[in-house]
Amino acid sequence: MPIKTREDLMQLKAQLPDETSYRMTILLCGGTSCLSSESDIIDEMLREKIEKNHLENEVNLVKVGCLRFCGEGPIMFISPDDIAYVRLTIKDVSDIFEQHILRGHIVDRLLYVDGAQNKTVPAPKDMDFFKKQQRIALRNVGDIDPRSIEAYVAREGYEALRRCISDMRADEVINVVRKSGLRGRGGGGFPTGLKWAYTASVKSDEKYVICNADEGDPGAFMDRSIIEGDPHSLVEAMIIAGYANGASEGHIYIRAEYAISIEPLRLAIDKAREHGFLGTHIFGSEFSFDIHIKLGAGAFVCGEETALIRSMEGHRGEPDKKPPFPSESGFRGKPTSVNNVETYVNIPAIILRGADWFASIGTERSKGTKVFALAGQLRNIGLVEVPMGTTFREIIYDIGGGHPEGKQIKAVQIGGPSGGVITEDFFDTPIDYDSLIAIGAMMGSGGMIVMDEDSDMVEIAKFYLDFTQDESCGKCTPCRIGTKRMYEILERLTAMEGDPQDLERLETLGENIKNASLCGLGQTAPNPVLSTMKFFREEYEAYAYRTKRTSYLIDGKQCIGCTKCARVCPVDCIAGKVREVHTINENDCIACGACYDACPTNAIVKP
Amino acid sequence: MELKRILEKYPKRQDCLIDVLLDVQNTKSTRHLTEVELARVSEHLGLPESHVFSVVSFYSFFSMTPRGKHILQVCRDVPCYLNDTFNVHETLESMLGIKTGDTTEDGLFTLEYSSCLGCCDQAPVMRVNDTVYGNLTPDKLRAIISECRSDDDA
Repeated sequence: MPIKTREDLMQLKAQLPDETSYRMTILLCGGTSCLSSESDIIDEMLREKIEKNHLENEVNLVKVGCLRFCGEGPIMFISPDDIAYVRLTIKDVSDIFEQHILRGHIVDRLLYVDGAQNKTVPAPKDMDFFKKQQRIALRNVGDIDPRSIEAYVAREGYEALRRCISDMRADEVINVVRKSGLRGRGGGGFPTGLKWAYTASVKSDEKYVICNADEGDPGAFMDRSIIEGDPHSLVEAMIIAGYANGASEGHIYIRAEYAISIEPLRLAIDKAREHGFLGTHIFGSEFSFDIHIKLGAGAFVCGEETALIRSMEGHRGEPDKKPPFPSESGFRGKPTSVNNVETYVNIPAIILRGADWFASIGTERSKGTKVFALAGQLRNIGLVEVPMGTTFREIIYDIGGGHPEGKQIKAVQIGGPSGGVITEDFFDTPIDYDSLIAIGAMMGSGGMIVMDEDSDMVEIAKFYLDFTQDESCGKCTPCRIGTKRMYEILERLTAMEGDPQDLERLETLGENIKNASLCGLGQTAPNPVLSTMKFFREEYEAYAYRTKRTSYLIDGKQCIGCTKCARVCPVDCIAGKVREVHTINENDCIACGACYDACPTNAIVKP
Repeated sequence: MELKRILEKYPKRQDCLIDVLLDVQNTKSTRHLTEVELARVSEHLGLPESHVFSVVSFYSFFSMTPRGKHILQVCRDVPCYLNDTFNVHETLESMLGIKTGDTTEDGLFTLEYSSCLGCCDQAPVMRVNDTVYGNLTPDKLRAIISECRSDDDA
């Protein structure tokens, strides 16, 4: 039955079983990452046990999206006990059932141990990882069953849409978005309200709203988690965008690598259609809107909005020059508003709680929160949502818990292949669009990769260049050939076959590619090289002047003479007697790293 | 016959091109597209064959060479590289006796690279058809390979 009024919404909400009627609610992570660790089998086994013991009315097992503390996954929250069990395997299911569910005894060995402080922290709210976070975009992710429209409605879902359609004109909705100060979360940071106002102002018989879910930056998985964990928020936001922009059709462009993540989204769209949130006469009005999913086919450049539109039209995903901007002439030549997943899901919250509330969070010119995907060499890995203006230090150390082995953190890479590195000197920089640009970095989509003292910055820059030269669509020469030449220079350097002039060549090429490329991919492609050159020039020089050591070394002070390294060395280049310091023959070492992994005392020094 | 049935599902519009191609490729056990199929698709959508070919050659998800039953796509992005205590590619290459991009002679495995799979917290990661495997170790790779092999025997 189509939902037409606030009362209808309340009725739909009432269909959700009352959570307080259960003795216990268990939230189990069902994100792609946790599925790769068999959380679906844990879910099945636990469900079977609950049913066999006829506890379905007592124990509410909910398979949620991502519980966000991904490094500890698969993870489970149990309420009202306020307990989290982490790093679960299928072997733990019986203990959880027999001990906790049946007898109410906590299974100590499955509790989270805060490695930094070496103590057990049973309750999620007490974990440092969650303490400084503030959730707007991720407000429902990990809290509700993404397959249940009732669960979403119970959290004021589709109420923002109802208010927009019943109480507000399109221009009033745009005004709220504009006043909130929301800026695009996909990387560029363009004010969303302004984009919408422009699309709305262009006269046309048809307009489109598009969701850019082509999350391609390595190390970024925020959008995937939202799509998996709270798909209805995206659906609702897109309908609101359609209403505000004057569009009757929405498209979600998802990268092909995420094809396995879209089942909850497909289901959400079907359910929304079934309940009349999509279709004709939405909330009894004259407004009609529908959403379609469009799968990509594996091309990073399609994250660029004009390339994305070309791809949707059945072309190679090559970008077009701007202007005209998509707001004027986009999909099928019609005015099109392209926004990112995270940008969208902020919209219902802004409508419900008001522009002033949203604008009160963050810094002067960057409002609200930002979701980051923390990855790399960090103790706590996962999804983090913090108010704009939070510093790198707070994210890396307070939330991320620092390096797992206490090593020095050398740099943080943000903004993916378009971004750059930030060194410790800048860790107190507040994270917002403008402060980042001021220090030569950019917000990017939200991947944050932490690297420790052992990371070779030239190798990492080479890695990104390999990525961009591979993903360059080939349309414009500076990007197609320039990135390839930069990559070749880096290959030459790291093979110890370069020369000092190569450093100048890299800089000149980099500047030219930035200035002359057609789209954002090319214009930012040299950033990983230029920014690491700025901060770690000595590492480039070591390669250019061929003074870089290429073999492993043994630190005599740490070596206990256990012989483990000598035993694993495939070329027998480690010598030493039992309980005496060992040495590596530098000429024979092939730098395979086997000794490094075998050493129990960290005595092996990487090249 | 299969191809005809797929084509009939789609309206004759250019913007369906990528959907059609993905659909055709996914329904085949060899997960690849042939010149004959491209010609049929171009005929159905009223597009030049050259355009269809240019699109197929642009996107990494399309293949014009037959692929194995199990497509191993190893993520090669930065978080996986940083957490890579052993070389996943080289290990798989030596286990399967093929180079990246090739298919084993028995037609069971194809080894490929993948862009970021968004499971960076489980790095290093690979995808085998529709399943993602994380926290890879040489032992885990061996187990996955033998599981795929025994699936095939069953």
